[in-house]
Amino acid sequence: MANYSTNEFRSGLKVMLDGDPCSILDNEFVKPGKGQAFNRVRMRNLKTGRVWDRTFKSGESLEGADVMDTTMEYLYTDGEFWFFMEPNTYEQYQADAAAVGDTHKWLKEQEPCEVTLYNGTPLSVSPPNFVELEITETDPGLKGDTAQGGSKPATLSTGAVVRVPLFISQGEVIRVDTRSGEYVARASKS
Amino acid sequence: MTDWRSGASLAALQARSRLLGNIRAFFAQRQVLEVDTPILARFGVTDPAIEPLRSVASAPEGASMFLQSSPEFAMKRLLAAGSGPIYQLGKAFRHGEVGARHNPEFTLLEWYRPGLPAKELIREVAELVCECLDRDDWSVVSYGALFEEVLGLDPWAVSASELKAVAAGQLDVGTLDLDYDGWLDLLMSHVIEPSLALRGLLFVCDYPPSQAALAGCTDRDGRRVAERFELYVDGIELANGYQELLDVWELEQRAAQDNERRRAGGQEERALDSRLVAAMKEGLPPCSGVALGVDRLLMAQLGVDRLSAVMPFDWSRA
Repeated sequence: MANYSTNEFRSGLKVMLDGDPCSILDNEFVKPGKGQAFNRVRMRNLKTGRVWDRTFKSGESLEGADVMDTTMEYLYTDGEFWFFMEPNTYEQYQADAAAVGDTHKWLKEQEPCEVTLYNGTPLSVSPPNFVELEITETDPGLKGDTAQGGSKPATLSTGAVVRVPLFISQGEVIRVDTRSGEYVARASKS
Repeated sequence: MTDWRSGASLAALQARSRLLGNIRAFFAQRQVLEVDTPILARFGVTDPAIEPLRSVASAPEGASMFLQSSPEFAMKRLLAAGSGPIYQLGKAFRHGEVGARHNPEFTLLEWYRPGLPAKELIREVAELVCECLDRDDWSVVSYGALFEEVLGLDPWAVSASELKAVAAGQLDVGTLDLDYDGWLDLLMSHVIEPSLALRGLLFVCDYPPSQAALAGCTDRDGRRVAERFELYVDGIELANGYQELLDVWELEQRAAQDNERRRAGGQEERALDSRLVAAMKEGLPPCSGVALGVDRLLMAQLGVDRLSAVMPFDWSRA
């Protein structure tokens, strides 16, 4: 991989640091009037998700990381691994629990999602921003309470639990924002 | 494509025009002569922390010329020739300095006062800046007292490894490998500067001798200090001034040290300006001088935090 110097650091650039692939979020050039120039770099460790500020001497360089974001189709899980398919090549990839993390609760079979590959293996998986899932369990719906704005927990087909308005019943399909884990709307049943 | 447009609003451009006019009026009233020295010159500074831009235009002998990082050397030649007090309002260049508060090409105001000690030049800088910003909250603190106050350490009494330990306790310094001045710079820019945000116009004076740059040194309260000062406005560095070094032998020593550090850091060495040396041998009058970033002054006036909002075309649009 190429090396990148601090003046090439841009938001989104993937580099290796302390043996882990990292994504650069922000890069600030800092220089006292006379003296050493620094770059204060905000980065995310793509393995742990941790975000932190690290200071470098200006002109220092880091090795690029072989990291690629690809849209793949989620196939199934065997309990230990989650399987994804690259839709153009039909090549299959297996991701472990560390890569999938909390995302598993939004994964719906045959739906596309973003898989980040590092050296050819899944490093992390991101769900689409919105998913539509069926409610498998919730308290019975109540009529006439739409104005109250109360909510209740509902378990979805993937196991995720979200709060839904009281009038929603079991068996309905709802739209959820995966970034906040919040109910958005009823989805039209297909 | 909208980047043909200015990044600054029309109101900012009008404020810029007024500011340049006000600066000129300030010096006209005080009978300081405006001078206009070359932007392209045969010599660049030896300072390892400043990388001048090299031009393709060549001097008669074929060497390339440098875009000036400051008009200091040319202005000192005028002072040595008896110009009296002078100022210059023009462009300066620093290679590779790009950021929210740095632009490789910027507008610099530099002025020199023969016969004035640094302490009195500080007063004049305060008068100009207070007038431009319509404020009067200025104060002075020494570099040593500031470190004592913010970090509880005396820069004159600590080693590089002690400074490193303090820095590592406050920041993620990774595998940074710096010398004594490098650690001081890191603490100054990353820990102390942000703490100055609520201190209005603050002059920091009496730097460690290793950070004298082109300031003279003196003994004060039992320690050797450089007669250098910097002005911070709400935590943002705006100006750097010296009671000027007059000793040409000392100048040559410092240039040699600069080049030693350049060699060690893999940078190209720079010849010291032989015409400045000749002028100083002839005799630079005792004087103080200061360089002030005009774009940053305008940022402070307009209360914005990016240079791109006060420059017609910043680096990304130039």
